[in-house]
Amino acid sequence: MKQVLENIENQFEMFQILNENGEVVNKDDLPDLSDDELKELMKRMVYTRILDQRSIALNRQGRLGFYAPTAGQEASQLGSQFALEQDDFILPGYRDVPQLIWQGLPLYQAFLFSKGHFHGNQYPDEVRALSPQIIIGAQYVQTAGVALGLKKRGKKNVAITYTGDGGTSQGDFYEGINNAGAYKAPAIFVVQNNRFAISVPVEKQTNAKTLAQKAVAAGIEGIQVDGMDVLAVYAATKFARDRAVAGEGPTLIETLTYRFGPHTMSGDDPTRYRTEDMDKEWEKKDPLVRFRKYLEGKKLWSEEDENKVIEEAKEDIKQAIKQAEQQPKQKVTDLIDNMFEELPTHLQEQKEIYQAKESK
Amino acid sequence: MAQMTMIQAITDAMRVELKNDENVLVFGEDVGQNGGVFRATEGLQDEFGEDRVFDTPLAESGIGGLAIGLALEGFRPVPEIQFFGFVYEVMDSISGQMARLRYRSGGHYHAPITVRAPFGGGVHTPELHADSLEGLIAQQPGVKVVIPSTPYEAKGLLISAIRDNDPVVFLEHMKLYRSFRGEVPEDAYTVEIGKADVKREGSDVTLLAYGAMVHSSLKAAEELEKDGISAEVIDLRTVSPVDYETILASVKKTNRVVFVQEAQRQAGIAGQVISEIQERAILHLEAPILRVTAPDTVYAFSDAEEVWLPDHKDIVERVNEVIHF
Repeated sequence: MKQVLENIENQFEMFQILNENGEVVNKDDLPDLSDDELKELMKRMVYTRILDQRSIALNRQGRLGFYAPTAGQEASQLGSQFALEQDDFILPGYRDVPQLIWQGLPLYQAFLFSKGHFHGNQYPDEVRALSPQIIIGAQYVQTAGVALGLKKRGKKNVAITYTGDGGTSQGDFYEGINNAGAYKAPAIFVVQNNRFAISVPVEKQTNAKTLAQKAVAAGIEGIQVDGMDVLAVYAATKFARDRAVAGEGPTLIETLTYRFGPHTMSGDDPTRYRTEDMDKEWEKKDPLVRFRKYLEGKKLWSEEDENKVIEEAKEDIKQAIKQAEQQPKQKVTDLIDNMFEELPTHLQEQKEIYQAKESK
Repeated sequence: MAQMTMIQAITDAMRVELKNDENVLVFGEDVGQNGGVFRATEGLQDEFGEDRVFDTPLAESGIGGLAIGLALEGFRPVPEIQFFGFVYEVMDSISGQMARLRYRSGGHYHAPITVRAPFGGGVHTPELHADSLEGLIAQQPGVKVVIPSTPYEAKGLLISAIRDNDPVVFLEHMKLYRSFRGEVPEDAYTVEIGKADVKREGSDVTLLAYGAMVHSSLKAAEELEKDGISAEVIDLRTVSPVDYETILASVKKTNRVVFVQEAQRQAGIAGQVISEIQERAILHLEAPILRVTAPDTVYAFSDAEEVWLPDHKDIVERVNEVIHF
C-alpha cells in the first residue's frame, strides 16, 4: 500500500522573499511594488506597532476595553490587506482590527469596538467587512458564502478571512474551505499561525506538520508563507487574489508568525506557556526590523521617516481616543432599536420602560 | 474550615474527584499547563498528569464528542467549555447527543458527563462570553442544569454532578468567581442536585433566583426589610429539574412571588417556573407573579451592561408592586 502523507507534507515549504537580515532570497517572486508603495507598507507597519503600544497603555488605564495585541503579526496582517482592492470583503477575527483600519475604518470606531460600543461596528459603506468575529471559525463558513455571492454577482472581488492556528481545529474551518472549494468561490483563507491558541501550542493542536496542507483535502490551493516577511505575505495574497478573480477558486494561506504580547489584555500571562528563549528567537524575526533593513538598503527609509510616522500615529491616536470618549453613551433603548427592522409589541413596551429608566 | 473563593472551591471539587475516581478526566481548551483562562484547573495537571488533565484542540464540538466517546469507554469526563457563549458550537453534542444517550439506547448506555462553563454578566467581556443561556439547555429533557451561587455549594454541587450518571451542565457565574470567600470543607461532600435552598427566610414575599441574582435578591431583601417588608429568598441552585416542593412551600407561606433572572425575559426559566406555580397554587396567590429580567435584546454591548442587567433596585420596585397589588 502506498503511503502518501509524507509526500504531501514535504511539498509544503515556507515561501519567503526577505530573510531575517532584510536580504532578498527569492528574486523571482519579488512583487512589483513602486518605491512609494514600499514606503507606504513600512509606514503602515510602524504606525500599527505604535497603535498596538498605545492601545495596550490605554487598556491599562481603563480607557479601552477588550484588546488583542498585534505586535509581531504586522507582516501577516498588513501584507495581506495591502494586496486587496477597496471592494473586497474582509471577515476578520478579533485580532484583525489593523486590516480594517487600513481598509478605511476610522480609528475612533476601532476604539469604540474595544470599549464595547455598537457604533464601533457601524462601518462606513466603503469598508466592506464584518466586525471582528468572536466565535472561532464562524468567519470561515461565512466567507464561503460571501465569496459565492461575489461570484454570482459577477464581481471581480474576493472575500478574505482570518483565523489563527487554533481556528483550524474547528469544524467550521473545514466546512468553510470545503464549501468555497466546491463552488470555486473567490475566497482567501488566511491562517495566522502564531504558534499558540491562547496557551496551547500548535503541536498539540494537530498532528499535521503544516496547516497549509489542510487545503489538500478540500481540493484548494495551499501556501505556507513566512508571516514575518511582509513582501512574501503580500506576494502570496496577490497570487491568491489573482487566482480567485480569474475563477480558479480559493486559496488557504498559512503565515508563520508570532504574537509578541499576550493573547488579550484580559489576564493572559504568556510566561505560563512560552519560554524567554522562544520569545527572543522570534524577536529576531521581527517583521519591522527586516523590512526596515531592506528599505534602508534601497535608501527608501530613514530615521527621520520613522519618527515622522511615529508622531503622526501618536497624534491620530490622541484625536481618535478623544472622539471615542465623546461618543454619546449607548442606551438600552438603542440596543432595543437594533433588534428588528420593526419592533414587535413586547419590545416597544420594554423600550418605554427603559426610556423612563434612562431619562432619570 | 478553609475560606475559599468560588473558583477555588470549584478547583477543589475537581481535585477531590480526580483523587477519588481514576475514571474522572478533566479537559478543554487551555485547561492543562495554563490552568484554564480563569485558573479553574490551576495545578491539576501537575498533580494528576497529562493523562487525566489535558488540553484539547480548539474545537467545542470536538470537545463534546470526546466527552461522549470517553463516557462510552467508561470514563467520567469533566470537559470545560471556555465560555458558555461558545455553547452553540457544541449544542449538538449536549442537546442532540449526550442528553439522549440513555433514552436512545433504552438504558444500555449513559453519559456521566459534567460540562463546566463560565457565564454571566457584569465583567465587560466581548460578545458571546457573558450570555445566560441556561434556558436553552433546560429546554432539553435528559440533561440537568446546575448553577451555584456560593463557594460551599459550588464544591458540593460539582462533586454531585461529577458523580451523577447522567449529563450535567454546570454553569459558573464569572462575577461570583472571586467576588467573595466562604467556608468550604476540605474533604469531599455533596450538595444534592435538584434541591433549592432557602437563603433567607421571610413571610411577605418570595424571591426566586439563581446564580448572581441570588445576591442581588439578598441585597433587595435587606432594603425591603427597612420598609418593613419581609422577603424570603430561594436559590434554585438547579434550574433543571426544578425543586417545586421548596418553592411551593414558600409560596403557600408568603402568597406573593417575584422571579429574578439575569437572562432575558423571553422563554426562560422564570416563565417555566411561574407556569408551574400558577398551575399548582393559584388559590394561594394574592397577586400576579412578576419577573425581574434583562430586556429581550441580544446580550448588551459591554458599555451598556450596567443598565441592561437587572439589579436590586429593579427587584425592590417589583416587590412593591406585588405587595401593593
